[in-house]
Amino acid sequence: MGRFIVRRLGSMAIVLVAISILTFLIFQAIPNGDPAVRIAGRHADPATIRDVRKTWGFDKPIYVQYVKTMGKIFDGSVISYTQSLNVEDEIKRDFPVTLSLALGAGLLWLFMGIVFGVISALFAGRWTDRALTVLSLIGISTPVFVIAALMLYFLAFKWSIFPNGDYVKLTDDPVQWANHLIMPWTALSLLFIGFYSRVLRSNILDTINEDYVRTARAKGLTERRVIVRHVVRNSLIPIISLWGLDFAAIIGGGAIITEKAFNLPGVGAFAANSIGQLDVPPVLVVTMFGAFFVVLLQTVVDVLYALLDPRIRLTA
Amino acid sequence: MTLLTIENLRVSFRTEDGVVQAVDDVSLTLDPGEVLAIVGESGSGKSVTGLTVMGLSRSPNARIEGSIKLRDQELLTASDDQLRKIRGNDIAMIFQDPMTALNPVHRVGDQIIEQIRAHNPDMSKAAARDRTVDLMERAGIPRAAERIRSYPHEFSGGMRQRVMIAMAMSCSPAILIADEPTTALDVTIQAQILREIKKLGEENQTAVIMVTHDLGVVADIADRALVMYGGRVVEEGSLDEIFYDPQHPYTWGLLGSITRLDRERPHRLPAIPGLPPSLLNAPKGCHFRPRCPFEFDKCTEVPALEQRGGEPGHRDRCWLTPEEKKEKRVVDGQIGLRTEGTVIA
Repeated sequence: MGRFIVRRLGSMAIVLVAISILTFLIFQAIPNGDPAVRIAGRHADPATIRDVRKTWGFDKPIYVQYVKTMGKIFDGSVISYTQSLNVEDEIKRDFPVTLSLALGAGLLWLFMGIVFGVISALFAGRWTDRALTVLSLIGISTPVFVIAALMLYFLAFKWSIFPNGDYVKLTDDPVQWANHLIMPWTALSLLFIGFYSRVLRSNILDTINEDYVRTARAKGLTERRVIVRHVVRNSLIPIISLWGLDFAAIIGGGAIITEKAFNLPGVGAFAANSIGQLDVPPVLVVTMFGAFFVVLLQTVVDVLYALLDPRIRLTA
Repeated sequence: MTLLTIENLRVSFRTEDGVVQAVDDVSLTLDPGEVLAIVGESGSGKSVTGLTVMGLSRSPNARIEGSIKLRDQELLTASDDQLRKIRGNDIAMIFQDPMTALNPVHRVGDQIIEQIRAHNPDMSKAAARDRTVDLMERAGIPRAAERIRSYPHEFSGGMRQRVMIAMAMSCSPAILIADEPTTALDVTIQAQILREIKKLGEENQTAVIMVTHDLGVVADIADRALVMYGGRVVEEGSLDEIFYDPQHPYTWGLLGSITRLDRERPHRLPAIPGLPPSLLNAPKGCHFRPRCPFEFDKCTEVPALEQRGGEPGHRDRCWLTPEEKKEKRVVDGQIGLRTEGTVIA
């Protein structure tokens, strides 16, 4: 297992380099993307723009610019073009918000997805299953911004049950922290709950016809034990892997819409603002940050997979 | 006292295409310690009969009629919980494919311990583990004390079937139902597994119902055999009666289909022409009628399973007279089924 992890970390480095190059090149290809023009201001004369270009190094070849930027990322001195703020300090400040959102939502959708998936499978074909099928399809097909808008309008604005967006630090006031996050957690989870419950339902219905489930019944185990230990236990394995990747994407700033809608100053919102301003360094760092978590959690998931299913051997 | 009595068992399943009559009027008895073989081809209803005894064919789409009695207890009307207590404890089952019959994510030892503790809730974990090691050793698994920690994929097919046998014997059941336990195994392993089942059956006074399509298996271990065809028992008798005085043309065909080393090599492998009946739309009367060369007008009526030509206890479902049977079953001096075009002998 040790060798597996080392190799995975090695491949992580390759992934990060590849992603950073791609992101860097995309911004070179965007029309009107010349950062010097934007940094110099709206009515700057050509001389000022030339100056800016020289001081920021935009006159150098792309690969020199790339290497310089990467160097700054690694010693933590990279700053954004538009606000000249240290990008890594920004992310450090925003990360707890995103983590709060991701942890709560991740646990919520995992738990609810399992509950609904199991119920749906055990009552397959009956009205409970049909109702859950319809609900999960609604959850999967409704965009987050619609859910968020409806929640904000009814629950926050009209009935004032929950606060209207914003973030309160966990260390400042845990109750208000949770109170402010309940709507974002729910809005973000609905899609995943619907999706996970559908996947789990079909896994369970496949597993329940396995020979070893018949064996478990033939042994005289209680139905409850047959379902929990032999059906659900085996059906959950793919769900774990799904969860790891989805969770990583959210942590890495993937919940852009949710963070914007509920005015949460997280990594996703930071990335969204930076993209709007065609600000390369923050976008570059956030992208690498997200890729890092995806590769990291993929490794964790693979190790977990091997622990849950002894037939799987870790070979990278 | 009779251990198991099945009377007029009928099992049908509702499917999208219609009602499948999988088991059609099966009656049998089983004495303690006896080995009874149920022989038949795929779709003859032999496995469903076994599963129904275990209560494992219960489902919203299944219709089960008749009576199955374990000693004095009626199983068909027993509650799910009563049945659960009988399963694995009084009646155990071994399945055909040991590769898929064990849960791949649990250790084999745990899978046996689980069964022991399900029926002996007061037994400690350590005691159940000791018992498991002992059971696995007796089922012929070497280094059982270490092997209880292995996973099923770390075992060969034969070893997995030994695990299944150890598991089935774990609560010293009165009846063991073995559903084609050797079909998925190498020929060299088959004899070992059969010997193991027979040995453990004798040690524990366990009666065995051996479901198989292999007459070699029947000859090896059975005391008595039932021949099933199209959901019905077509012949029932002792081993000698079935092999040396068969009364039903289907049994003749089965016996004639055996290739033998002590005979001249046949040009083609002998087989009964035609296909087994669809149980969705079974032929009227005798189910073997469409494939039987001796069919006559009476065959559209279902013959009862009763003593016709043989000894008491030897029963069959064929309208031919005992004299006709004695004459017609002989093909080239052997028992077989003579049909148009192909001769099966």
